[in-house]
Parts: sequence; C-alpha cells; structure tokens
Amino acid sequence: MNEPALTPVKPPLWNNPQTRAIAFQVIALIATVAVGLYIFDNTQNNLRRLGIASGFGFLSSPSGFDIIQTLIPYSPTSSYGRVFWVALLNTLLVSVLGIVLATLLGFVIGIARLSKNWLISRLALVYIETFRNIPLLLQIFFWYFAVLRAMPAPRQSLNLGDAAFLNIRGLYLPSPQFQPGFGWVLAAFAVAVGLVWHLKRWAHRRQMATGQQFPTLWVSLALLVGLPLLIYWLAGSPLAWQIPELQGFNFRGGWVVIPEMASLLLALSIYTAAFIAEIVRAGIQSVSHGQTEASLSLGLHSGQTLRLVILPQALRVIIPPLTNQYLNLTKNSSLAAAIGYPDLVSSFAGTVLNQTGQAIECIAITMAVYLTISLLISLLMNTYNRRVALVER
Amino acid sequence: MNGSKTLTLASLLLAAGIAHAGATLDAIKKNGFIKCGVSDGLPGFSFADEKGNYNGIDVDICRGVAAAVFGDSTKLKFTPLTAKERLTALQSGEIDVLSRNTTWTSSRDSAQGMNFTGVTYYDGQGFLVNKKLGVASAKNLDGATVCVQAGTTTELNLSDYFRSSKMKFTPITYDKSDESAKSLEAGRCDVLTSDQSQLYAQRIKLAKPDDYVVLPEVISKEPLGPVVRHGDDDWFDIVKWTLYVMVNAEELGVNSKNVEEMKKSANPDVKRLLGVEGDKGKDFGLANDWMATVIKQVGNYGEIFERNVGKGSPLKIERGLNALWNQGGLQYAPPVR
Repeated sequence: MNEPALTPVKPPLWNNPQTRAIAFQVIALIATVAVGLYIFDNTQNNLRRLGIASGFGFLSSPSGFDIIQTLIPYSPTSSYGRVFWVALLNTLLVSVLGIVLATLLGFVIGIARLSKNWLISRLALVYIETFRNIPLLLQIFFWYFAVLRAMPAPRQSLNLGDAAFLNIRGLYLPSPQFQPGFGWVLAAFAVAVGLVWHLKRWAHRRQMATGQQFPTLWVSLALLVGLPLLIYWLAGSPLAWQIPELQGFNFRGGWVVIPEMASLLLALSIYTAAFIAEIVRAGIQSVSHGQTEASLSLGLHSGQTLRLVILPQALRVIIPPLTNQYLNLTKNSSLAAAIGYPDLVSSFAGTVLNQTGQAIECIAITMAVYLTISLLISLLMNTYNRRVALVER
Repeated sequence: MNGSKTLTLASLLLAAGIAHAGATLDAIKKNGFIKCGVSDGLPGFSFADEKGNYNGIDVDICRGVAAAVFGDSTKLKFTPLTAKERLTALQSGEIDVLSRNTTWTSSRDSAQGMNFTGVTYYDGQGFLVNKKLGVASAKNLDGATVCVQAGTTTELNLSDYFRSSKMKFTPITYDKSDESAKSLEAGRCDVLTSDQSQLYAQRIKLAKPDDYVVLPEVISKEPLGPVVRHGDDDWFDIVKWTLYVMVNAEELGVNSKNVEEMKKSANPDVKRLLGVEGDKGKDFGLANDWMATVIKQVGNYGEIFERNVGKGSPLKIERGLNALWNQGGLQYAPPVR
C-alpha cells in the first residue's frame, strides 16, 4: 500500500518565524537610520538658514585666550585643537590622580570599617556616612571656597622648609632640573625593576620547591631605591632643584598645584572613597568566615590571611562595582567648570564653544571623548576582572 | 548646567526645524510675551531687586520692545544667563532677544548667526585692583593673576594686551561675574578685568568698595548692544528701531513725562516720531503710535541712562562716549522718516 509521502507544508513567507524576525530587525534598522538622517539633515538645513558656521574647520584657528594649567606647551596663538588636547589632559590628570587616591583611601577605610577596634570601625562609619551623603558639588565648593580660600596671601605664605610654599594661589613645590648624566639614574632604575621581577619569580619557584620563604619585599625595596641612589652618587648628583621664589605678585619657578585642581581632586577622591569603602566592606564580608578560620588554623597571621586568602576572593565581588565608581569619578570631574578648573567641559565645551559658537561640534566632540574614556576604563577593568574571576573546574 | 546645555542643544537640533522667516515675531504674538535674555546680576544693566523685579539699561531695552509690540512694557519673561550660556540660548531659540551687555564683533555677526541691532552702551575693557597692591597703571601688572569671565571678548582682549605688552599673567576663568568678584576680594587674583561699566558695577557689590580702584587704561572697544538671530528681518527691525526711537526722542527733547504734550508740537520730526503724522509706525506692522508708547512707558535714552547707571544711580557713570552725537558723544540714530 502506497502511502502518500508526508511532505511538510511550507508555510507562506510571512508566517515563517525566521523571516519575520529578520524583517523586524531590518525595519527597526531602517527606522533608526531614517530618524538619524532626518535629524542630521534638519540640523544642517537650520544651521545654514540661521547662518551659523558648521564643520570642524575651526579646530585649526588660533584660540586667542590663555589657560591657567597646561601640561603641554600652549599659548594664545595655539589652535582650538590644541585647547582640546590641553583640556583633555587636564581632565585625565585629575581623573587618574582621583582614581588612585580614592582607591587607596577607599580600601583603607573599607578595611577599617571591619576592624575589631570599636573606635576605628566607628570612625570609618562616620566618614562613609558623612561624605557619601553630601552632594559632590557642595563638597567641591567646601574645599574651594571654605578651606583653600582661608590660605594666606602670597606674601604671608606658609613656608614649608624653605622649599615649598602654601598660599591662596596654590601649593608651590620645587621642580627637578635634570642635568646631563641623569639618564644613567633612570637606566639604573629600569635595571632594578628588571632584577626585582626576576627575584620575585625565583623566590616563588624556590618557595614552591622547598617551602622556604624569601624576604622579597625588603630586598625589592632596597634594589629599587639603592641602585638608582648609588648611580646618582657615582654620576655626581646630576639633579638640581628649582625653588619657587616670591617675585612681584606671585611665586615664580617650581611647580604649582593650583587650588582649583586641589579642591577638585580632594572632593572627588574623598567622595568616591566613601563609596569604594562600602564596596570593599561588602566584598570582604562576602567571603565566608570559614575561610578566615581555615587560614588562621593553617598558621597564617591575620595580615597574611587578609592579603592571601580574603582579598583575592573578595576582589571578584569588588571589581565590577569598583569599575562603576571609576567611571563615576571620571564623569564627575566635569564639575570642574563650577570652580574654574580648565577641564574638557570648562575649557572646550565652555570657552571654545562660546568663542566659536559651534555648539553642536563642541558638544559632540566632548560627548565622544567621555564615552571613549568610559569605555576604555570598562575594557581595562573587565579584562582585569576576567583574570581574577573564579575559574570553574 | 550640563543639563541645560544638553537641553539647549537638543532644542537647537529639533525645535529649529519649526522656525521659518518671520517665525520669531509670530511666536511672540502668539505667546503674548517676549523672552528676553539678560545678565545673571549686573547692577545698572540687569539686576533683580529683592522683590525679583529686573532693572537696568539692558532690561529697559527689552521693556521698550515689549511696549512696541504689545503696548505694554511688562509683557516679558526674563532669562538670566551667564556669559557662556547666552549665545547658545539665542541660537537655539530659548530667548527671542539677548540684551545682556554683549560685545558686537564680526564673528558673532557672521559665523555665529546673529545680528546686533545697535549699541546701547559704548564701553571699553579695564582693570579693577586692590589699592593695597600699589599699582597705578596696567603696565605694572606683569606676573599678576587675573580673574576673567569665561567665554567673553574680555578673555581674548586680556591675552592680546599682555602678549603685545610682553607681560606674563595667570588667568582664572569663572562662569559667573560674582565668582570673579569674590575671588578678587579673597585675594585669589590680583586683578579683575571686564568692561569698565561692569567694573564700576562689581565694585559697589564688594564689601569695601573704597579699597579698590579702576586703573586708567582702557584696552579695547566694547560696543554693547541687543542681539537677535539671523533670518527674521521684521523682528530685527523692531528691536533695532526701539533703541533708535529712544535716542531720537532724547535728541528731539521728548521724554516719558512730556510725551502727551509733545504730540501737539509743530516740529514734523516729533510728529512723525509720535505717530501724529504719517504711517511710520504702521510700516513696522505695529500700532501707529508705538514709538510714543515706548517713550511713555520706558523713557528716552537719556532718562534710561541716568536712571540706571548715571546720576540717578549708585554707579554715577558719566555720559562720556554715550552722550548724544551733538553733545560730544557717539549716540546717533537714523531719522524717523
């Protein structure tokens, strides 16, 4: 008996789920692109109608204004493009310093929060609850208008050992002047770093093989400090210091930390440290107490327990929210505009935008930069996170 | 501040699409008020008193325009703006007219898509210093720390001046003029630089005004005036001629008190100005006597000047360059004809 072959009925094209899925995606894509094109075209037309210049040609015209803090050579004859780099470096400077300070402070306070000492843990608690709950902008104003404004005038500067001076214009530090021959000192430092790396590997191998421990930390420190110092002495001290001097209105020479930078940095790191401390506390508490007991019963003392057993496990919990705090700190640095620190928002999205009138270009560039910085930080932290993450076996 | 900037940008991107030639005036008539951008606090130019009423030359220009369009000088909404915000606010349509001690320059007239409608105040940039410094001339300012407002022509002139005098300085740029003044008082900077009129205005806001002195040097030309967007000529004409009416009124001896009497004047210039003779008012698409209304409700240029920055004010600024052309100054208006 011949049964008719069971051929599946082919559903019509519009009923095929796969075709449908693709169709919806294509429609969504077209709609997005269309809206984007419409906005772009509309903007172009309106700019033309209002007679507002557009395009990025302005980046090569001379800026004509000065900036208080520049990490690279800059003068009013430099271009607006140069202003961009100056401002970007100022943003990065305060962000990187802020991240380092906030991390150090945050870890110390987070660990102090869990201290068995009642006073220390309460002090850490007060710190966290105070700084976490006051708006950042207010904290910046506090440091800038209340604390640093109370410094003396240049002529009455606080003299710190005849080398550094503190006044309302900032902290003036001696700056190093490298003489010929200083290159050898740098080379010695590089050699020391190489030696330390090998030493650590050797010490690790030896401990694995024999169980004997080697005082790596102290020997490394001695190498890192001693070797360059020895070469420095042999090369005839090829380093001079330029001491700031009071001339006319201000101190001249040396390095200066302007109060705008100092207050921004203080506020950013102290504020973010409070959040980081809570993240660290949570991370440490996520490691079960059995781990500590096991570690102690193996004979590790409490410092080693923290360093070798608890922190490596806690870091898995700490890193992702820590990344968020780094991103926040970087983005919050744009509050610089409120106190006249020449960061990207203040100098580029503010002054340059105003002098050229090219709002769309300036804001677009600034947004792109913050996006790029944030994505880079995420990428770095995610890579690190992958390395410390739990490897399932 | 970031929020407002993003908002401004968004409106520049989207709302600009609705606008077409003549749109500003249409929208104003529909709304029933004029959106006027003023300073965030500059005595004599635009300054809110304790009751929140704005006063000043820049404010009176807007009052004049409202009197011209609506016959009522109170149909206004003021938006206080910092120097940094003001131009974008105008470009994006957040305000209809910017009357905020803004300097007329070529790039603002061209690349930035604006039209200056005239000069309400001829100014120049100067320096305000503490007497304790013992500085008698701007030539002695080498190495000084200078406070300046961000995004102004002042910022550019300052760099030019020190560069051409081969002197060095440290700039500190704030968004608000109040912050600059506070920094000068605290000693964060040695010098405050701005337009001279602003220096006098800032000085009376300091705790001890007598400790500070304005240096004699004037380092730039700063013609300050109202600004409108490109592409709306009818609106441009009304704002422009509101100022000219005020100046013409002073020249012809018409003021807010005698305007009704002057309607009986035999002088044909006065008759045309007050709408007694001819259709000069109607040509603007407004009431035929709008010019008389402006004078009656706000006053002539001389009255406005003396009341806000001159003898009748704490600033006590001389007319100087701002006297009428036939009295040795620069204020000159084309005739109503």
